[in-house]
Amino acid sequence: MITREPVLFPENATRGQMFALGVRWGVAELGRAVTIGGQALARAGDLRRAAARRELFRQMYVAGIGSLPVITVVAVFTGMILALQTGIELRRFNQEVYIGSAVMVSMLREMGPFNTGLILAACVGSAMAAQLGTMTVNDEIAALETMSIDPVRFLMTPRIVAMAILTPALSFYTCMMGVLGGAVVGVTQLNVPWTQYLQAALDFARAKDLYVGMFKALLFGLLITTISCYEGFTATQGAVGVGQATRRSVITSFLTILIVGYFVTRLFYYE
Amino acid sequence: MIRFDNVTKRLGGRNVLDGLSFEVRKGEVFVIVGPSGTGKSVTLKHMVQLLRPTAGAVWLGDECVSAADGAALEKLRERFGYLFQSGALLGWMTVAENVALPLQEKTDLPPDEIEKRVAEALEMVGLADAAGQLPSEISGGMQKRASLARAIVRRPEIVLYDEPTTGLDPVTSRTIDRLIAHLNRDLGVTSVVVTHDMYSALSIGHRVAMLHGGRFCELAAPRDFAASACPEVQEFLEAQYITGRSFWQEGGGR
Repeated sequence: MITREPVLFPENATRGQMFALGVRWGVAELGRAVTIGGQALARAGDLRRAAARRELFRQMYVAGIGSLPVITVVAVFTGMILALQTGIELRRFNQEVYIGSAVMVSMLREMGPFNTGLILAACVGSAMAAQLGTMTVNDEIAALETMSIDPVRFLMTPRIVAMAILTPALSFYTCMMGVLGGAVVGVTQLNVPWTQYLQAALDFARAKDLYVGMFKALLFGLLITTISCYEGFTATQGAVGVGQATRRSVITSFLTILIVGYFVTRLFYYE
Repeated sequence: MIRFDNVTKRLGGRNVLDGLSFEVRKGEVFVIVGPSGTGKSVTLKHMVQLLRPTAGAVWLGDECVSAADGAALEKLRERFGYLFQSGALLGWMTVAENVALPLQEKTDLPPDEIEKRVAEALEMVGLADAAGQLPSEISGGMQKRASLARAIVRRPEIVLYDEPTTGLDPVTSRTIDRLIAHLNRDLGVTSVVVTHDMYSALSIGHRVAMLHGGRFCELAAPRDFAASACPEVQEFLEAQYITGRSFWQEGGGR
């Protein structure tokens, strides 16, 4: 049963008991969300079927093409802001030619995957939670279950695989757009020649930065989908419940991206 | 065929079902009536384990539905068709794609056979012309009929109907009633119908049960049901301007 019955705490429970039950319930829910995410990935073999592949491409189109304009704008302006801020400081030491390296490294290591994750959580994750939440409260998920169609395989697997493919690709695109935005500021505001900007950017970029950034983006994609689908599947109480599930999915995704992002950086860069 | 064995279900701090026991016989139309919030849909959901009992058990033949899991539950559910109150059609698929879904996902039938079965099911519910439309482009009544087509396309042994005529005009309601009766009479489908519509209940039911306080306060054949001394039953009938004698004199019922 993917949908959730209302959770009831005993009417005469003390505060301490309520707290303990709340913690136990929270841990159980976390376990359930992780299980659902794992099941969705484990059923990726289903995408060999033509109908499932069509759904995968549809999800990739919706998530990828749909969020491309906002990702482009955010990436370009992030690069511009990074270039301007670092450029102002570096100019004090006559080192503004190195803004390319600062922008490239920042984008590859942190800002690329981080921005992509946040935008996808806000644009795609919230839409997933709202759609699946509406399906849950309208009994569409229950209808799939009564037809013995696994909602996780049918609805979540194409979404999680689409996000696993798209998030690293969009993160790379974000990095490139950020570097381009930085170049615009470098060339027009700080008088750094285009070739010098690019040379500095390429000199300081390491393969490890790219791989770790892509890995981070992949992780964010999987987490956003798991959180959003889980919130959608467990929505209750009509339109209000769908609204709450959507809000929870965005907040939880944002916090998870921040926390997981820190630990991945710590794991790969702290010696 | 379907047996409730002392089933209790606690929801929202109260016992919605309170030691409910009954059996649905093979090949019958079993109708459950009762005011809103008395647990009719909850009863129906227990039959396919969309809900699990707090106490007691639900059986399908010799198999315990409420304890089934994984592949066993999947197999049990394949014996059912379920018409949801809201229709529960998938919004991004056309009517025909919705009806084809259980065949595409759960059978190895070739595409032309699926197409044939879908056309038959849509023809049966009078929706052959709406096959290419999205659920949002058709009326509530048509959505319900499309959902019925989806419920029967796999030719299940048992069909569960959750308020099949609620919100429909009288003509469409009687069409649905005739369809339920046809599926039962001609194809031998066992049916469990949850409804408020007493005209429908007395017309199509072999047995009618009234749910009150988590249990059946009356369970009888339609004529005996209409003549019941149970005050809840009489109140419910009178609220719909039905008195036992007048109903059959006007040509209704079995």
